[in-house]
Amino acid sequence: MPTKQANLRLAAYLKGGDMSTDVISQAAVRGPQAGPVMLCVNGQRRDVRIEPRVSLLDALREHLGLTGAKKGCDQGTCGACTVWVGDRRVLACLTLAVSCEGREVTTIEGLAADGSLHPMQAAFIDQDAFQCGYCTPGQIMSAVALLNEGHADDDTEIAEWMSGNICRCAAYPNIRAAIRDVRDAAGGDR
Amino acid sequence: MRALSYARVADVDEAIALVAGHPDGAFLAGGTTAVDLARLGVLRPGLLVDVNDAAPDEVVELQGGGLRIGSMARMSDVARSPAVVARFPVVSQALLAGASAQLRNMASMGGNLCQAVRCGYFRDVASACNKRDPGSGCAAMDGVNRTHAILGVSDTCIATHPSDLAVALVALDAVLHTRRPGGGRTIGIDDFFLLPGQTPQSEHRLDRGELITAIELPAAGVARRSVYLKLRDRQSYEFALASVAAAIRVTDGIVSEVRLALGGVGTKPWRARRAEASLLGQAAGEASFAEAARQELAQASPRPQNAFKVELAQRAIVRALQTLTSGDAQ
Repeated sequence: MPTKQANLRLAAYLKGGDMSTDVISQAAVRGPQAGPVMLCVNGQRRDVRIEPRVSLLDALREHLGLTGAKKGCDQGTCGACTVWVGDRRVLACLTLAVSCEGREVTTIEGLAADGSLHPMQAAFIDQDAFQCGYCTPGQIMSAVALLNEGHADDDTEIAEWMSGNICRCAAYPNIRAAIRDVRDAAGGDR
Repeated sequence: MRALSYARVADVDEAIALVAGHPDGAFLAGGTTAVDLARLGVLRPGLLVDVNDAAPDEVVELQGGGLRIGSMARMSDVARSPAVVARFPVVSQALLAGASAQLRNMASMGGNLCQAVRCGYFRDVASACNKRDPGSGCAAMDGVNRTHAILGVSDTCIATHPSDLAVALVALDAVLHTRRPGGGRTIGIDDFFLLPGQTPQSEHRLDRGELITAIELPAAGVARRSVYLKLRDRQSYEFALASVAAAIRVTDGIVSEVRLALGGVGTKPWRARRAEASLLGQAAGEASFAEAARQELAQASPRPQNAFKVELAQRAIVRALQTLTSGDAQ
């Protein structure tokens, strides 16, 4: 249901004809200039000063020095920028950083705990699941999410649910092997 | 990307007023189209109003067997909703056949229906495109158009509608609930999508500042036995060359109810009404399926590169219907 405040604003808008955004909702509209944005990345509060058009990927890489998430296509087709927002794997290149305020962002840098590699990171090394390595951070963030989602019953399912992460070196068999290793070590994925 | 302003609001009417009141205002949901096209310069929003906290995101079971799906529900959540899987499996299958796991986690149901075409010339600001720049021409007409449409085309545009979800929804006569300045309305989904005609820049009936708030799936017993078949150049994460959303009821060997819609071949999600009319009352089987498919595709207008889709779409229709009826006593 619309709030009373919004109704008043709407009424002002409908009456006023030409309405600039500052009449309606001064507090809500931000930019286009850079302004303070409070992010939470890998469990830490990170304050940045960015324009609303800055993607989460650019905020991480250019403003926070977190270059683990990679810029491959920058148009949502390759998966190299895969991070988690909340508990979901998403594409940082198609996410505006400002829209992540109040949400927990996790990148590949946040995966290792106390200096020990996450089991998926270790499995990628064990199984030689990369060649050039550029897609690897995205592959690993996707692979951990895949196991949490319960979509790794067999190789067909793994391939289907990892299809958003392209590997130009075609390390796919090794990537699947790494995922199987972690799945089996955890006693199944469900 | 052009510099832009941003607002995240928790109220639909406030969001609508903001977008309607800005000369270049647009809604932002999952961002998978808006951010992509803004970066390419195809869209040039001056204000993005984030409606993720504003519009509903639940799947509500309606009396009688229908469902009302909030427009901000994510594709991934709707695909695994037990009510959707049980009552409208074709919707779940179509959702899971689209995009990738990451994109399905981001993209909203309402945004999916408003997504732009993937024609490479539309996305390339250096190319002629009547949809992006009315009157500039259509580079696809004699360009690389192997994946383009063969149904509903005009001399201004042959871009294929990209949504899988929309194909399932068109087959099921979904109804869209919207809000706009001054009120709301409902739009039948087949009326929502527009053929290119001479105005390919208009893809749907939404006014400026009008927001889809919910998608209603009317009760349809026939949909409990439904399927989405998608044929594409690679096995996953690819748009359809041809796809079929199908539901059928066969009584004593005779087709008593059928829903058919096609994707990957039309400038809009294509309800195959000729095929449906051809099938009703006929004995279910390959002969009647093939005849129905032939009648539907008789109206196709292919280009040399995409002429293969005429046959492919017919085979897809037959395969989908065979899949649904293979267990029936004929």
